[in-house]
Amino acid sequence: MPFSAVPNNAILVADDIVVRFETPEGPITAVDNVSFQVRPGEFLSVIGPSGCGKSTLFNVIGGLLSNHQGIVSVAGETISGPHKSIGMVFQEESAFPWRTVTDNVAFPLELLGMPRDKRVERARHFISLVGLDGFENRYPGELSGGMRQRVSLARTLASEPKILLMDEPFAALDEQTRLLLGDKVLQIQQKLKQTTLLITHNITEAVQMSDRILVMTYRPGKVKRIVDIDLLRPRSSEVVGSEAFGRYVAEVWNDLREEANRGMRDEEKNALRQKERAL
Amino acid sequence: MTMAVQPVAISRRSYAAPLVGLGSFIAFLLVVEGLIRVGLLNRFIIPPPSEIFMSFGRLFLEEDIVHRFFFTAGECLLAGVMVTICGISIGVVMQRSNLLRRACETWVAAFASAPLVLTYPLFMVIFGRNAWTIVMMGFLSALPPVILKTIEGISGTRKVLVNVGRSFNLTATQQFWKILFPAALPTIFVGIRLGLIFALINIVGTEFLINFGGLGQLINDLAERYDLSGTYAAICFVILVSVLFFITLERAERWLRPYDYVGSGPKNGG
Repeated sequence: MPFSAVPNNAILVADDIVVRFETPEGPITAVDNVSFQVRPGEFLSVIGPSGCGKSTLFNVIGGLLSNHQGIVSVAGETISGPHKSIGMVFQEESAFPWRTVTDNVAFPLELLGMPRDKRVERARHFISLVGLDGFENRYPGELSGGMRQRVSLARTLASEPKILLMDEPFAALDEQTRLLLGDKVLQIQQKLKQTTLLITHNITEAVQMSDRILVMTYRPGKVKRIVDIDLLRPRSSEVVGSEAFGRYVAEVWNDLREEANRGMRDEEKNALRQKERAL
Repeated sequence: MTMAVQPVAISRRSYAAPLVGLGSFIAFLLVVEGLIRVGLLNRFIIPPPSEIFMSFGRLFLEEDIVHRFFFTAGECLLAGVMVTICGISIGVVMQRSNLLRRACETWVAAFASAPLVLTYPLFMVIFGRNAWTIVMMGFLSALPPVILKTIEGISGTRKVLVNVGRSFNLTATQQFWKILFPAALPTIFVGIRLGLIFALINIVGTEFLINFGGLGQLINDLAERYDLSGTYAAICFVILVSVLFFITLERAERWLRPYDYVGSGPKNGG
């Protein structure tokens, strides 16, 4: 499959992103010359082996990491920190344990100074959107891991971001829950026409949900290839059983296998080096 | 049928622990009583629990125990309020200033283990022989655990929660009040609990030493009169002050942290 054409009218542009970290072993380039664009309403996944700089890229685009080279712009505006147009969903559980589901989801509305009755009403809309009706007054401690991630998703959606940025939000969940939550995200994305950038290491998840998949190389993280996923929409987890789905998974895995092997060899070398040093 | 039986079973289970606790305590008292009566324990060192029990009436009639109880409880309350306000504030300031924290944290920790009660003459010089000396002794001894636990609580806030705040562009003040402080609250409460224990010990100890005020002074008087059963009965009232404060603190925790007191729900799945 050829490299994907650069989309027009991009809402999100990452241009020549380079991130270097100082380590005791010397400087490491985590992300190297990464450039891509995301169209309005598009679902783009970034996939790569562990250690390829996916989460670093997530932090750069979300504005949580500032010591990088290159430009991130949203709707033509260059951003240099967290931006109201980008809503972030994190890999770790991030629902506030001291707030009920409603108060968690209403959090961004509270920051806007919206009156309580209005923000509760608005929060209930997003709670319903993620399928948590009936749990409005529960605390995150009373919910399962998947439900807690849905609370975080609803909270981010309540801020009505132009771009939804997610970093392996279902990584800690079992496969079945992950597929079902994938369905939920797809439904929401299609309903809201939400531009979404998903960072993941899960090929099935990426193919199930994406319009395009950006495959990254192992360290330093570069763009290896962008794969267009021409599966019909609306999609659901049923797409997993289709022949085309299998072909896309195989294709992405072909690209990833080499990188994953490099990553594994590198980790083995590092482990040996550390063992030698310890001796 | 099952639905009708279940609430009864739960209700029985919820009463079981306090009943076992009370039963164990009564059994312990009976054993002590028995050991004293058969002469295995010296009744001139440990008075029989029955005699201690009989002394309560005397404390009410002759020793003005109610007034003394409220005097000591009032001192504890004042020290508790002061330590909560000052301890949390100092802890927050130290946590926010890396230099201040590195400069003072060890000193505060060392202060926590210092036998502050021995410095009571200095406090008497500063405040005089009055309730302020006692309150300040309680306050200062309770300060280190509240400061240290506040620092620990705020520093231990999960990074992802801080990042959520950053992603919503919170100001430093919003970040503190909406994320750091609520996240640190459980640890801060541990500090307040520890602080109240230190405060009560030091307050009663100082009352005893300077022979002024509430229950500590009464314990001193009764001990000097060699009224052992009365002394132990007065100590029971000190325990009562402690119980009162811990119940109040638990109520405050339930109000401020209701999420930690709800039943746990499903832990797996979607």
